[in-house]
Amino acid sequence: MMTASDDTAAKPAKRSSIDFKTIGPAVALLILCIIGFLLNPAFVSEGNLTNLLTRSAFIGIIAVGATFVITAGGIDLSVGSMAAAISGVMIIIMNNAVETMGSGVPTVLLGCGLAIVLGIGAGWVNGALTTKGKIEAFIVTLGTMGIYRSLVTYFADGGTLSLNFDIRGTYRPVYYDTFLGLPFPVWVFIAVAICGWLLLNRTAFGRYCTAIGSNEAVARYSAINVDRVKTLTYVIQGLCVSFATIIYVPRLGSASASTGVLWELEAIAAVIIGGTVLKGGYGRIGGTILGALILTTIGNILNFTDVISNYLNGTMQGLIIIVAVFLQRSDWKLGKSK
Amino acid sequence: MAALKEEAMLMKKALGVIAVTGALAFAGAAVAQEKIKIGVSYPTPTHAWAAGMNWHAEQAEKRLEALYPDVDLILVNSPDPEAQASALEDLVSVHQIDALVVLPFESEPLTDPVLNVKKSGAWITVVDRGLSQPGIEDLYVAGNNPELGRVSAQYMKTRLKEGDNIVILRGIPTVIDNERFDAFMAEIEGSGINVLDHKHANWNRDDGFEVMQDFLSRFPDIDAVWAQDDDIAIGVVAALKQAGRDGDGMFVVGGAGMKETIKAIMDGETLIPVDVLYPPAMIATAMDQTVAAFKSNGPVAGRYILGATLITPENAENYYFPDSPF
Repeated sequence: MMTASDDTAAKPAKRSSIDFKTIGPAVALLILCIIGFLLNPAFVSEGNLTNLLTRSAFIGIIAVGATFVITAGGIDLSVGSMAAAISGVMIIIMNNAVETMGSGVPTVLLGCGLAIVLGIGAGWVNGALTTKGKIEAFIVTLGTMGIYRSLVTYFADGGTLSLNFDIRGTYRPVYYDTFLGLPFPVWVFIAVAICGWLLLNRTAFGRYCTAIGSNEAVARYSAINVDRVKTLTYVIQGLCVSFATIIYVPRLGSASASTGVLWELEAIAAVIIGGTVLKGGYGRIGGTILGALILTTIGNILNFTDVISNYLNGTMQGLIIIVAVFLQRSDWKLGKSK
Repeated sequence: MAALKEEAMLMKKALGVIAVTGALAFAGAAVAQEKIKIGVSYPTPTHAWAAGMNWHAEQAEKRLEALYPDVDLILVNSPDPEAQASALEDLVSVHQIDALVVLPFESEPLTDPVLNVKKSGAWITVVDRGLSQPGIEDLYVAGNNPELGRVSAQYMKTRLKEGDNIVILRGIPTVIDNERFDAFMAEIEGSGINVLDHKHANWNRDDGFEVMQDFLSRFPDIDAVWAQDDDIAIGVVAALKQAGRDGDGMFVVGGAGMKETIKAIMDGETLIPVDVLYPPAMIATAMDQTVAAFKSNGPVAGRYILGATLITPENAENYYFPDSPF
């Protein structure tokens, strides 16, 4: 209860800085967009903006899940491998179901349903090993990262798993078709973002996540079922990975050992750029969304110019990430001194 | 050449002597001793091309052992350079190999281990990646990266005219990628074909898709794409179809020889009309030649550089292996 009263006491002081924190990532994104436009006006063409939003959806959806895990003081390194493994299993099951169920919508639904079950299951395993098994989340998810990655390599016999061509026809619209001018993946992204925001900011569960992240022992004394809440954050993460996978598979209809490589780091970067604190206790879904958009925009802009050597792409990305977070943290201090 | 032949014959004789003494000394173990043991060491397959290589190595093992009952091929794959170095030691100490076929994980850390195998008296065949010290291997078998770039550019020139625009998607920034790219640019120079830009797509479908999407947003007029690799080409084709720019004679040239791509060429696909070979089956070539070093009357030692064949609908069937993972 101590922390709770501390929080309320600190609130008036913080309030003046809240605007800075909220608009920080938004300003960064805006600046990036202006740079993009100046480099090449085609950057703001409708086609490119649609591509950008759609591309952000994978990392963005996964990062919404990661916001919960990180806010509650955990970390999940397995999400990229998990996405690859779920894609692989989805493709195998759908290919095998063609003979009995045909290549229509039921087969696709079977694949999607399976993806959700697998995502929840994989998330629960991470959560249970962390809480009941009492192993550090970093180690648990480092382990499952290796396991899922090698599983997809094994399923694909070292090669690439490809979705049956007939199902691809049925499933393809999920990535490529639009509704009210926006592609479906963007709608999924929006829906996940809204649900995530409500869950984190408007429910007891969200407050528990924040409480556990800021001080686990105090949360435990406050009669919060810490293990259950923490496990649930990993389950949410797994579910988000499932959603990302469901919209990823119809894009190229394939999965291999190179699917989802480094997605975990991109998701974590998106979360931190967005203002969530890496050691837990403070999370912002809106910032995470902006973080994901910023990351995708950097890559997009680098493809739009040949001013910078290709070999320095990683340098540019690294610099922008560090500068974005630095500006944000400086704003924090500024807010406090006010 | 005569010297090489002599050396090979001497070696055969020496082997014969060892085999005979072995048979006399240990009559019970004679069968095992008479065999020509060849170790085959390569990285554990973690991507499609390497998986194809693994498949072709296994096929060659079956074929060669059926053909020559006295040849024993031992396939070992290793997940990292250190493990490969240990695997080489085991091949010498446990299996006492007469020859080694090795695709080194990395040149530098494996040069010494291979040299040690050489000191045991074994024949050395190096595949694809050279060692950092010359003169260790008896036989070097490799694909031809500059040739891959050159052949791709030559094909582009037959299809395009002066003033046409192309974009290039490159692989992972490595020597291999540079060799391919530099040779392509050298060949295309002076043809009047404009290379609008080149970006790294890391031999990866997803990156191929995203880089191509951005090229399409950025350049309203693209006539052809050099994707350098079949995986990248798959992403490129998806992006072209999404943007509805896959018509008007647009074409994409990949590379490597993925079975799906070759199948499509056989079926007369126009968007990817050709492919340039950089075959994982080169490991089988190396195994064949190594066995030939013991069995053939022709000399084998030297450098065996495979051509970067242009695969067209006419010859595609020769390069199609439906059971291979690649």
